[in-house]
Amino acid sequence: MARRSTTPTPQESDEDLIIRSATLADVAGVIALDEEVTGLLKPQYWRELFEHFGARRRDQRFFLVAGDPGRIDGFIIGEVRAWEFGSPPSGWVFAVQVRPRLRVRGLGSRLFAAVRARFRAAGVERVRTMVARDNAVIHAFFRSQGMMAGPFIELEMRLD
Amino acid sequence: MKLQKATAFALYAVLELAAEPGRQRTAVEIADKYGISAHHLAKVLRDLGRAGLVDAVRGVGGGYRFAGNAKRLTLMDVIRLFEETSAEADEPVPPGEDQDIAAGLRFVLAELDAQIGATLRSISLSTMLKLVARRPWESVAEIKPARRAQAARRAR
Ligand SMILES: CC(C)(COP(=O)(O)OP(=O)(O)OC[C@H]1O[C@@H](n2cnc3c(N)ncnc32)[C@H](O)[C@@H]1OP(=O)(O)O)[C@@H](O)C(=O)NCCC(=O)NCCS
Repeated sequence: MARRSTTPTPQESDEDLIIRSATLADVAGVIALDEEVTGLLKPQYWRELFEHFGARRRDQRFFLVAGDPGRIDGFIIGEVRAWEFGSPPSGWVFAVQVRPRLRVRGLGSRLFAAVRARFRAAGVERVRTMVARDNAVIHAFFRSQGMMAGPFIELEMRLD
Repeated sequence: MKLQKATAFALYAVLELAAEPGRQRTAVEIADKYGISAHHLAKVLRDLGRAGLVDAVRGVGGGYRFAGNAKRLTLMDVIRLFEETSAEADEPVPPGEDQDIAAGLRFVLAELDAQIGATLRSISLSTMLKLVARRPWESVAEIKPARRAQAARRAR
């Protein structure tokens, strides 16, 4: 693709990047993108995640990608969770990543919109997620999409 | 959490100006809209000018214009110019025996501070303007009529 051989300008939109369900052929690209973003290579983790989210119950679990199999530009993973802590079924997003070079040009928003459309089609009315308190970028991203604090509070303790 | 007057005025002014970045507005125009003291607001706008968030436009028809990046400036960036949010203060627990209850309370309150800080840092001015346009408080009011009635009774 010629478009990728030049440095993208901030004005350029990624509306031509198609967002689709991941296939097994995309997993290598997801692993590479995650390694680029986090600096950690975790092939086993992503293969298992694909097994769970990309290969089974595809009406409830969504593993969406943008880009070509050899080169994934972004992905988002979510699932419908039912009656957890007494909550009616709702959509849960628990991973989203965009290639650093392509950020702040709307791809993250498009991935989130795509997963919301899948959740709506699955019949749920809400989408939830959890962010690390000190990860300002991902928190600002979800806030910009219109998300607010939900009715649950996350608690934890050390097991000793 | 309750904001001090100057802080609330600063947020009104910055958000009013950021909503229409090209346009300049006077302190009096903004103060009239919110029914607040133009004198107090003028002082707040000068502080915002010194911090580089707004530009003063001099001369006839002068006023202020937004000068920041609405996608990157957060509510916290504005608030911290006018007041200390305790999430920032980071007071050390004073040493000493028999201070365990005080230390424990501070420990619990720090939980709230961390939450407040993260929330205020996550909402940019442009996110805030989008939120205002959606008017989410209206749907909350539908869910909680009892609470509202209670608040109204207390106010009387
Ligand atoms: C969060 C992320 C997915 C956003 O993707 P993106 O393609 O840049 O998002 P968009 O361009 O659609 O940005 C949407 C909004 O997010 C916010 N945002 C994005 N990057 C931001 C940044 N660096 N700082 C502040 N806000 C930011 C902006 O408010 C932006 O607003 P706009 O719509 O007014 O431009 C991307 O930054 C990323 O992959 N980050 C790392 C993800 C991560 O840490 N994952 C670990 C947990 S799974």
